[in-house]
Amino acid sequence: YSVTKSSLECPFLLCIRALKTVQAEHAPPQHYTWRRNCSSAVMPRITSHYTIFPRDKDPRWEGVEMERFADEADVVIVGGGPAGLSAAIRLKQLAKEQEKELRVCLVEKASQIGAHTLSGACLEPSALNELFPDWKERGAPLNTPVTEDLFSILTEKYRIPVPMLPGLPMNNHGNYIVRLGHFVHWLGEQAEELGVEIYPGYAAAEVLFHEDGSVKGIATNDVGIAKDGSPKDVFERGMELHAKVTLFGEGCHGHLAKQLYRQFNLRENCEPQTYAIGLKELWVIDEKKWRPGRVEHSVGWPLNRNTYGGSFLYHLNEGEPLVALGFVVGLDYTNPYLSPFREFQRWKHHPFVAKTLEGGDRIAYGARALNEGGYQCLPKVTFPGGMLIGCSPGFMNVPKIKGTHTAMKSGMLAAEAIFPKVTAEDPASKTAGLHIPEYEDNLKKSWIWKELYAVRNIRPSFHNYFGLYGGMVYTGVFYWILRGKEPWTLKHAGLDSAQLKPAKECTPIEYPKPDGKLSFDLLSSVALSGTNHEGDQPPHLTLKDDSIPVANNLAIYDGPEQRFCPAGVYEYVPLETGEGMRLQINAQNCVHCKTCDIKDPSQNINWVVPEGSGGPAYNGL
Amino acid sequence: MSPASVFVCLSLTLLSDYPVIRVKPDNSGVVTDGVKHSMNPFCEIAVEEAVKLKEKKFIKEVVAVSCGPTQVTETIRTALAMGCDRGIHVEVSGKDYEAMGPLQIAKIFAALAKKEEASLVILGKQAIDDDCNQTGQMTAALLDWPQGTFASEVTIDGEKVKVVREIDGGLETIKISMPAVLTADLRLNTPRYATLPNIMKAKKKKIANMKPADLGVDMVSRVEVLRVDEPPTRLAGVKVETVDDLVAKLKANGTI
Repeated sequence: YSVTKSSLECPFLLCIRALKTVQAEHAPPQHYTWRRNCSSAVMPRITSHYTIFPRDKDPRWEGVEMERFADEADVVIVGGGPAGLSAAIRLKQLAKEQEKELRVCLVEKASQIGAHTLSGACLEPSALNELFPDWKERGAPLNTPVTEDLFSILTEKYRIPVPMLPGLPMNNHGNYIVRLGHFVHWLGEQAEELGVEIYPGYAAAEVLFHEDGSVKGIATNDVGIAKDGSPKDVFERGMELHAKVTLFGEGCHGHLAKQLYRQFNLRENCEPQTYAIGLKELWVIDEKKWRPGRVEHSVGWPLNRNTYGGSFLYHLNEGEPLVALGFVVGLDYTNPYLSPFREFQRWKHHPFVAKTLEGGDRIAYGARALNEGGYQCLPKVTFPGGMLIGCSPGFMNVPKIKGTHTAMKSGMLAAEAIFPKVTAEDPASKTAGLHIPEYEDNLKKSWIWKELYAVRNIRPSFHNYFGLYGGMVYTGVFYWILRGKEPWTLKHAGLDSAQLKPAKECTPIEYPKPDGKLSFDLLSSVALSGTNHEGDQPPHLTLKDDSIPVANNLAIYDGPEQRFCPAGVYEYVPLETGEGMRLQINAQNCVHCKTCDIKDPSQNINWVVPEGSGGPAYNGL
Repeated sequence: MSPASVFVCLSLTLLSDYPVIRVKPDNSGVVTDGVKHSMNPFCEIAVEEAVKLKEKKFIKEVVAVSCGPTQVTETIRTALAMGCDRGIHVEVSGKDYEAMGPLQIAKIFAALAKKEEASLVILGKQAIDDDCNQTGQMTAALLDWPQGTFASEVTIDGEKVKVVREIDGGLETIKISMPAVLTADLRLNTPRYATLPNIMKAKKKKIANMKPADLGVDMVSRVEVLRVDEPPTRLAGVKVETVDDLVAKLKANGTI
């Protein structure tokens, strides 16, 4: 539909009506010109997804068979990342030890395990040593032990080295630089060998509930819906997978987890999660510059002291001179003109970084949101019928910038809590879906809790006038000396989406043009992520209200989504009629980073899962 | 008499449209480790056509065949999930797989078609990683069967098959007698999705395993790849102010 100007109606009256609708919803009173409002009334429809426009009220869906095939498993796991796979593996290991039968099914939206995995990464092998003490013999791809650790504060031209004393969270002695996508792929192979049923290319799109309100399982995505929301000839309903317990390991800011928080009120006693966006590239560099095992981190330039963020550059040792590098920007930034992608590209021109990259070739690109909240933001993780594992609730150790070991451990603890209940003759549960609070108790007794508690104040300590420098001083004093034993717990700043200042209060940032050798433009970067989606499907970046982007995001914040999206999904383009702008959503570019769902100041964007196997095609990122 | 079995021959290809393809540092080929492989899109169309013919009761059984390493079984499973009855995996791996080209594949398919007494062999018109467009035609020649290539419409009429072919000049309709080889073009149909319940059911369907030697096929290749290079980077265009400048530049670089 589009709201068109009737030639009979007075344009003036139409404008008043349009302005009233906008005011009633979210936008504070603004000085709109009448003409701008009239043209925003001629908006083509953006959202057609059935989560916004239910199909039972849609005449095009009358008579379409909506029955779903259902199957039963003992445990269903959503998400084939480190947490999900570790949980699956642990369950099967216990089943083997105790000679019990257990059906474990894992669904993953990527076309193959590891294709949506992106991380730095310096892996701390603690959880892996517990899961597979013989990981080396099994061929786990941990090929690069860390040999050197460098930390710098960058200024525009210079570098201030900071000594990496043992005991500081960033010290990486004993860790391995890994290509997490390959590591996750290897975990997937181990899981299959143990008998886990893994189904890549099928996304969990819906949570199913028993009549008593407990979680019954999940349903995978429907396929064959056209871009305008109508059914195609090849339409097929998704499948239902029922389980006694469902584990949700969707990673940072999962879309089903979002629903579960509301449904079971899991966040009533914790702070809202705060996030960062991480962008990453892989480069093949000149052999003379290659230092396998070297880990470099920096803070400072190009970010100002009040914008949290920093960089990483890891030299891998896997045959060719490969480096993994990237940039992280806290999503609590206030300037709507900030573009994390362009900060990343700009950083590469710093003399200290450029000298490593000169003469090299970029071969991969990707981006993903990550958790920054830590201890203060941990929700309740168990509810009737299910539990949350991994980065979904968010066990990342922020100052260490490591979350893989805690994600794996949480998956293992979940498995150990579930196993006795799910194999018991009589589970003695009050609800049809099992509620297993032992998982949360186990977490609190484990090293995950101790670790997160010790570093809980480091990230919030950045919220002071001195920003970055205040935070570093705090870390040095309270963490390095006191190991987080101070009796207080600092708070974060609140919801990331509420942190943006209106555009008129901020200065636009002048970013340098990409030079095509060290820095690149957005679209050629997106091409390197290998992302693609079936074109003829409803955009999976759904808007609760199609008129809000122009009325609120563009009007007040100058459209920050066109800057924070690392894949160029959001564009404000002029309307065909000439006057005013409209939002164009290029859903096919999406790399599933979830930043828009997190940072949208109107909280109008709801990321839902597209047809399975769509998304990036990361190879060992 | 309705034809007994139809063979659908599948190719496992690098999804060359969207993931990032890199040339190996020694220019001997492209990097395939870790890159997503899946069923060739034209082969999906071929599977869909075969399954449609079975649903219309023109044929009794659809067999999905593919040659390659273990990864290929997943592709065969997808075909089984789309509706094929059973699969045959001809194992070719390592050096043999790297050297495998359309001729070797065609020899294998021809041998199998004869052995299993197939009435129709349907393939995708070409693989999207090498774009050879040779396997279907070679298979027909080796079997001495008629071929209907670039099919955009297939109708079975008694003992004959009517094929509408997409050719440069438009559409050509031919009638060929069975047994025959067909290759599927883009507009033949829209393949169905392999839904999860069907993938699960497909795990129970049989996939037979064999080696080229079992069929009496030798895998020696007469083609040697000397070098693989990336396409040259596009140079920036040069803007000129006047037509005289343009003529001067064209003369200077020897074009005119």
